[in-house]
Amino acid sequence: MENVKHPLSKYLREDRMPHMWCPGCGIGTAMNAFMHALEKSGLEKNDIAVVSGIGCTGRVAGYVDLDSFHTTHGRAIPFAEGLKATKPDTKVIVISGDGDLMSIGGNHFIHAGRKNMDLTVICVNNLNYAMTGGQVSATTPVRSITATAPHGSFTTPFSLPFLAEASGAVYVARWTVFHIRELQKAMLEAINKKGFSFVEVISPCPTLYERRNKMGDGLARMKFYKENSIVKNGADTKETNIEINKPFVVGKFIDIEGKPTYLESMNKYYDETFQCQLGYKTYKGTRYSCNISDGGVSEGCMDD
Amino acid sequence: MSAKGKVNFMVERCKGCGFCIEFCPVKVLEFSKDYNMKGYHFPVAAHSEKCIGCNMCGMYCPDFAIWGEKNK
Ligand SMILES: Cc1ncc(C[n+]2csc(CCOP(=O)(O)OP(=O)(O)O)c2C)c(N)n1
Ligand code: SF4
Ligand code: SF4
Ligand code: SF4
Ligand SMILES: [Mg+2]
Repeated sequence: MENVKHPLSKYLREDRMPHMWCPGCGIGTAMNAFMHALEKSGLEKNDIAVVSGIGCTGRVAGYVDLDSFHTTHGRAIPFAEGLKATKPDTKVIVISGDGDLMSIGGNHFIHAGRKNMDLTVICVNNLNYAMTGGQVSATTPVRSITATAPHGSFTTPFSLPFLAEASGAVYVARWTVFHIRELQKAMLEAINKKGFSFVEVISPCPTLYERRNKMGDGLARMKFYKENSIVKNGADTKETNIEINKPFVVGKFIDIEGKPTYLESMNKYYDETFQCQLGYKTYKGTRYSCNISDGGVSEGCMDD
Repeated sequence: MSAKGKVNFMVERCKGCGFCIEFCPVKVLEFSKDYNMKGYHFPVAAHSEKCIGCNMCGMYCPDFAIWGEKNK
């Protein structure tokens, strides 16, 4: 019966299917949308790398049939930066959870934005630390019941589009897994964007967040998204707070051109500073390059 | 009249979330009475003649268990 092939099979590690995500979990739909975006991007598989941290969402790295890094908790972005630094021609895409990217890893996120690292960050925001049993994360809405807030959470969550914009991201969008076509398009635009691009994916965690908050199963949550999301492209990211059981804004908020990336800024600066120095070469990745030595050779300091 | 599209299944991967059934724009799908090996009701093409091959089911499925295609 099952000798048929799924159309996204080329991006999937079929031997790892079925995946570990619960029934009605939105992470699978987010990964599905990501694979559609890859297909439309026309990128070769060898030109893409996926980096995840730890969490249910972090498992994406183990399910994509691409070069991928399943890193340590909170550190997906630094690993991705290292990878991008050595191989600037590779499209490096970080996919991880709200706990991983915005709680323990929040500092890396804001600085990658500040420096305009040429990365795409996709955050599956299920409003809690799911893998470890559903604790409060940096995005948990006030009054949510969680394992660490049995009477309701009372700390102010981050609004991720606002945080991303303030940090310097050149592309910022938020969609839910219900907005499937918009989500695919946003992922594609983010992947094609030069500089630090960010897509927030609001997604159900029916096993922990929705269950504790009596919000029903994954499908009930999809219907909630359908009825309660306000599509507002270009909205001020100050309006993107999420309050429990209230309507919230989705859309594309930021899409700017022309801001130099980290590598472009570095090369411009060093080109100006070291242009007369013997042996100086503009950095293009470890494959080609060279360091500034005291007048020494500058041929391929790393070979591969 | 023959259907414009066809829907395909890998039922053993299905976890019965119902996304495909709910978001099929022309209501081709229904839950089966049977269970798969994991114990979930999976979708069946109860109205296959209506299928337009839009692949909305395939785009929503978190488990890569279903997809639609246009008939040539
Ligand atoms: C240094 C460290 N601290 C804590 C943990 C435990 N831990 C594993 S996953 C996780 C939270 C993941 O939350 P999120 O990134 O939102 O992913 P989700 O499971 O919700 O998709 C935590 C705290 C860990 N693995 N390593
Ligand atoms: S615990 Fe939540 S986030 Fe993790 S797989 Fe289950 S539903 Fe998804
Ligand atoms: S969307 Fe996928 S997992 Fe959910 S019921 Fe349909 S086939 Fe099964
Ligand atoms: S391909 Fe479209 S019309 Fe056919 S079953 Fe899937 S969602 Fe319905
Ligand atoms: Mg989470």
